[in-house]
Amino acid sequence: MRRDVFQAIADPTRRAILTLIALQAMTPNALAEHFDTSRQAVSKHIKILAECQLVDQQQHGREIYYHFNPEKMKEVADWLAPFQKMWEERFDRLDNLLENLKAQQNVR
Amino acid sequence: MSGKNTTRITAEKGKQEFFIEREFEAPRELVFRTFNEPEFLLQWMGPSNMEMRIDKLDNRSGGSYRFVHSLCNGGGEFGFNGVIHEVSAPERLIRTFEFEGLPERGHVSLEFLTLTELPGNRTRVHIQSVFKSVEDRDGLLQSGMEGGLNEGYNKLDELLASSIINN
Repeated sequence: MRRDVFQAIADPTRRAILTLIALQAMTPNALAEHFDTSRQAVSKHIKILAECQLVDQQQHGREIYYHFNPEKMKEVADWLAPFQKMWEERFDRLDNLLENLKAQQNVR
Repeated sequence: MSGKNTTRITAEKGKQEFFIEREFEAPRELVFRTFNEPEFLLQWMGPSNMEMRIDKLDNRSGGSYRFVHSLCNGGGEFGFNGVIHEVSAPERLIRTFEFEGLPERGHVSLEFLTLTELPGNRTRVHIQSVFKSVEDRDGLLQSGMEGGLNEGYNKLDELLASSIINN
């Protein structure tokens, strides 16, 4: 069955897996340690990610490593946009905090 | 107050650093406090759908810190730590940063926070992060990891929702 990238990223666990392996290639065991679910459940998610080419497998000796395929992800969205958005939201909250602090100072 | 100030993120291809710049409508002393005092940090630093905890914040030159972000649904905890190289109120903060979720240690970056006074009681915040490798930098930028797993994915979620509607 051919799966698409949208389906792959619809699930929060799969997004978490992508986030982890985007930083560094990981073995199935290393990945599974980050999740409360069973190793089988994590494997199932990886299989879906691999089927839509977001994840590549490479054999190093006896270990399999999962790599993130950023080229495929770029088909979905500008990968920098989430980082930008995160900081914008952070700084919006900081704006509010600063407004409150300034108001408090003026009262004193 | 006028419209929102722009957040400018610069990450040149193939470089080991990125920059974040933003101006604030508040005096420098006050902005500096919001970057340093735990009660203030907790009010803005944590990603919106994660809970932030300050495990340790020894905020002086030679000190250290550890912050933890946890998914609200109990899905996991992600720690960050570093040592504080220099705290020079109200203009400069230099510290290291390491994400604890990686399978190996040593992927440390160096952060410089510089606050500049602007006319009219305004402040410019400039952050420079320097990484060990281009891969480390790209990993952090692309993953949205620093802010927690789900935070950065709103745009993807929107895209996903619209693709479902279109189908």
